[in-house]
Amino acid sequence: MTAVDEPIPTRVRIQTETLPTQLPARTREEFEIDAVRQAVFDIRDMSVHYGAKEALTRTTLKIYKNLVTAVIGPSGCGKSTFIRSLNRMNDSIPAFRLSGQVLYHGHDVYGPGVNRVEVRRRIGMVFQKPNPFPKSIYDNVAWAPRNLGLRSHLSERVERALRQAALWDEVKDRLKKSALGLSGGQQQRLCIARAIAVEPDVLLLDEPASALDPVSTAAIEDLILELKSRYTIVIVTHNMQQAARVGDRAAFFSLDLTENVGTLIEYESVETIFRNPHDQRTREYVTGQFG
Amino acid sequence: MGVTAPVARRPAHTKRASRTGDRIMRGLCAAAGIVVAITLIDLAYQLSHDASPAIDKFGVGFLFHEAWAPNFKIFGAADMIYGTVVSSAIALLIAAPLGVAIAVWLAMIAPRRVSAVVGPLVEMLAAVPSIIYGFWGVIVLAPFIQKIEPGLHSALGWIPLFGAPQTTGISMLAAAIVLTLMILPIQASLCRDLFLTVPPELKEGAEALGSTRWEVIRGIVIPSTLSGVSAATVLALGRALGEAIAVSLVIGDANGIHANLFLPGATLAERIANQFPSPVNPLHTASMFYCGVILLAICLLTSLLARKIAGRFDVERRYARAAMA
Amino acid sequence: MSGVDHTAALGGDTPLFDPTAPLTATGNLRRRMFVSRLVDGSAGIAALVAVALLGIVLYAVVSRGAKALSLEFVFTNPQGLTGGGIFNSLLGSFEVVMIGAVIAAPIGILTGLYLTEFAGRRSRTGRMLTVALDVLQGVPTIVTGLFIFGLLVIPLHQQSGIAGAVALAIVMLPLMARASQEVLLLVPASLREAADSLGVARWRAVLTVIVPAAAGGIITGVILATARAAGETAPMLICNSIFNPNTTQLNPLHGVPNVPMLIYTAYDLAVPDALTRLWGAAFVLLLLILIANVGARLLLARSRAKMGGGA
Repeated sequence: MTAVDEPIPTRVRIQTETLPTQLPARTREEFEIDAVRQAVFDIRDMSVHYGAKEALTRTTLKIYKNLVTAVIGPSGCGKSTFIRSLNRMNDSIPAFRLSGQVLYHGHDVYGPGVNRVEVRRRIGMVFQKPNPFPKSIYDNVAWAPRNLGLRSHLSERVERALRQAALWDEVKDRLKKSALGLSGGQQQRLCIARAIAVEPDVLLLDEPASALDPVSTAAIEDLILELKSRYTIVIVTHNMQQAARVGDRAAFFSLDLTENVGTLIEYESVETIFRNPHDQRTREYVTGQFG
Repeated sequence: MGVTAPVARRPAHTKRASRTGDRIMRGLCAAAGIVVAITLIDLAYQLSHDASPAIDKFGVGFLFHEAWAPNFKIFGAADMIYGTVVSSAIALLIAAPLGVAIAVWLAMIAPRRVSAVVGPLVEMLAAVPSIIYGFWGVIVLAPFIQKIEPGLHSALGWIPLFGAPQTTGISMLAAAIVLTLMILPIQASLCRDLFLTVPPELKEGAEALGSTRWEVIRGIVIPSTLSGVSAATVLALGRALGEAIAVSLVIGDANGIHANLFLPGATLAERIANQFPSPVNPLHTASMFYCGVILLAICLLTSLLARKIAGRFDVERRYARAAMA
Repeated sequence: MSGVDHTAALGGDTPLFDPTAPLTATGNLRRRMFVSRLVDGSAGIAALVAVALLGIVLYAVVSRGAKALSLEFVFTNPQGLTGGGIFNSLLGSFEVVMIGAVIAAPIGILTGLYLTEFAGRRSRTGRMLTVALDVLQGVPTIVTGLFIFGLLVIPLHQQSGIAGAVALAIVMLPLMARASQEVLLLVPASLREAADSLGVARWRAVLTVIVPAAAGGIITGVILATARAAGETAPMLICNSIFNPNTTQLNPLHGVPNVPMLIYTAYDLAVPDALTRLWGAAFVLLLLILIANVGARLLLARSRAKMGGGA
C-alpha cells in the first residue's frame, strides 16, 4: 500500500490546481484486474455508424463488476453514443449501425435472438435530463416493478428504492403527489430510484448531474458511491472532478482530429488517468489544456 | 444631450404613424373576430326565429313526440332524436377504439417510412366528401347489407338489434356503418397527432426500465394523452351527430322507433336534408327549423364538452386540420 | 426466470435474476412479449382495415366513374338525363366556392392573426373568440344551410349562388382561422423579437415579416378549406338547389348549378345511365380534392422547410 501523498514523478508536469487536492483514500494495490474482478462488459472492436458517418471507432475495453467506470472526454466525441450502445438505446435512432461485439457476461448484446427488453431490464439507464413520468411519485417507482410482476411487497420495494436514492425522507409524506412537482435534483434522484427499483445488474448514468445545481450534484455523487457495492456503474461525465471523485476507472474518449470520429484514447484506473496518464492527449485533457 | 442618438429612437411623426398603423391593424383583426362572433349569434337567433312557429305550437313536447305527419300538421322529433343517437353511438363504439388502434400503430409501431405513407392516406379519407360516402353506401353497402341480413338474423337474431331482414339494405345499420367510415379517419389522425406529442424522453425513460412497447403505450403514451383522446372522441361524435347528406341516402327517412337495425329510420340532420326542399306547409318548414335548433344545441354541447375535457391539448385546432386533411 | 423468489432480494444478496443467463425472454417476459406482439398485430390489422376501406370506397368511385370520363364530359353541358357532361356544374361550383373563399379567407386570416398577435394566451377576448370558432366549427353544415336560408333565401325569395357561397364561407371560416393561427404560431419568436428590437412598428413587422413567413401555411389552409367546401352538399341543398341543370348559369343572384347537387339529384332519377354521369362527377370531384390536398401538402412542406432553415 503506497501512501496517498507519494510524490508525483517529476517527468510528468501536471498543474496541480486542476486536480482535486486530495484523491479519496482507496486501496492502491496494483492488482491484476482480470484475475480479481469479473468483467461485466467485454467490448471488442466496437464501432458505431449513423448511416455513412462513423461516430465511434474500434473501441475495446472491459467494464468490471462493482466498479464505477467513468467515461470522460470533450463533447461530441461519442461518450453518449458509447454508453447508449451498451443497452441498445441507440436502436431507435435511424441508420444506427454497430459493428464489433458488446459482450455482456459473455453474451453479445447485439446477437441474434437477443431480446432488447431483457437487455434493458438488466442494464438500466438514467438520463441527463430528468424524465419523470407524469404520474405520482409512488407510481413512478412502482411502474416498472409492476410490469415485471414484482407485485408482492411493492410498497417496501418502492420505499427501499427511494431510501437508496436518498429521496425517501423528502417525499415520504407525498408519495401520491405528482412527480412533476419535485425540484430538478429530486426528480433526478427519483429517476435513479426508478431505475434501481427493479434491481438491475448494471446502471448506466448519462451525465446524470449535468443539468443540476451543485448541491444536488453532490448528493448524487454520494449516491453513486453507495450504489457501487450493489451495482456495476458506468457514468458519462464531462466534469473531471466528478470522475475523479466517484470513479474507479476512467475511459477517456476524444475526437480523432483527422478522421473526425470518436475514439477511445486511454482506459486506466482513475489514479493513472489523472496523475500519470500514458497518452499525451489524455494529459492535455485532464490538465485542462483543451476540451 | 449627446451627439449621437440611440439607434432605436425614431422621430416623433413616424412613432405616431406606427401607433396609428398598429391601431388600424389591430382594429381590422378585431373586426374579423367580431364578424365571427356575430355570425354565431345571428345563426342561433335566426334559427330560433324561423323555428318559432313550431316552438310556439309544440314546445318542449316536440322532443318526445313520436309522430311526423306533415299533412296533418303533426310533428315530433322523438324518432329522429332516437335515430341520431343510435346511429352515432354505434358509429362511435366502432370508430373510437379502431381509430385509437390505428393511431397507436401509426405513431408507435409502424416503421417510419410506412407511417409516412399510410398516415397521409388515412388523413385523406377525411377529405372525401360525405356525398361520396353516401353514394357508396347506397350502391355498394346497402345491397351488401341486404344480402347478409338473413345470415345475421339467423346467427344473432336473439339480439333485438338484428331483427327480421328487410327487402332493401337501406337501414339504420347502413347509416351507422357510413358514419363509422366518416369519423374513423378523423379519430385516427387526431389521436395519432396527440400520441406524437409525447416527449421522446418519456418513452425512452420507460424503455430503459425494460418495458415492452405495449407497456410503454399503455403506461405512458395513452395516460398522458387521455384528455386529448377523449376530446377527440367527443369531436368525432359531434361530426357523426350532424351528418346529413350521407345518412340521408342510406337511412330511408322513415318514421318509427325500432330496435331492429335492419329497419329504416331517421335522424335530425337527414330529415332536414330529405324534406326541407319540398315542404308541405309552413309548419312543416318551421318544424324542420326546430330540428335544426335541437341539432345546433346538441352540437354546441359537444363542442363545449370537447373543449372542457381537452385539458392542455388544443384538440380543436388539430381537428380543423384533420377535417380539412 | 423460474424458481426466482420475487419476495426475496429486498435488501438481500440474491439478485432477482441470473445476470449470466442468456439475454432471451424467459418466464414473465415471454408472456409480456406475447401481449406486446399481439397488440402490434392488432393495431396493424386496424390500420389495414382503414386502408382497405379507403381502397374500397375509392375503387367504387374510380371504377364506375373512370369510364364516364373524357374531355367532352368535362367541357360540355348535360343533355337530357344521361348525355353530355358536367361543365356547367363544374363552372358553377367553381364560382360559388370562390365567392365563398373570397369572403371567408380575409376574415379567417385576420381572425387567426388576431389570435396570435393581438390577443395573448390569457386574454379573455382571445379565449371567447376561440370558443366562438370552436362552436362554429362544430355546427353541422345543414344547420348552416338553414341559417342562410332564413337570412338570404327568404328575404330574396329565391335560392341563389350567393346564398350558397355565404353558407360555404361560414363552413370554411373556422377552418381557415385555425389553420392560419396554427401556422402563425409556428413563426419563431426570434423573428418577432428581432423586429421589435429594431424598433419596427408592430403592424409593419406583421405585414412584412411574420405574414410572409407564414404565407405558405396560410395559403395551404385556404386551399384545403376551399377544397373541402367544394364537396359540401348540405349548404347547396338548402340554399342553392333550384336551377336549370342543363344550362350554364353564372348569375349568383339566382341558383347556380353545382357538382354536389348534380350528384345528389342525379340519384333521384334512378335511371341507370344517369348513374354513370353521377359517378363521373363524383370521380372528378374526388380528383380535384385529391389534387388540392397533395398540392397543399407539397406547398406546406416547402414553406416549412423555408421557415425551419431560414430563421
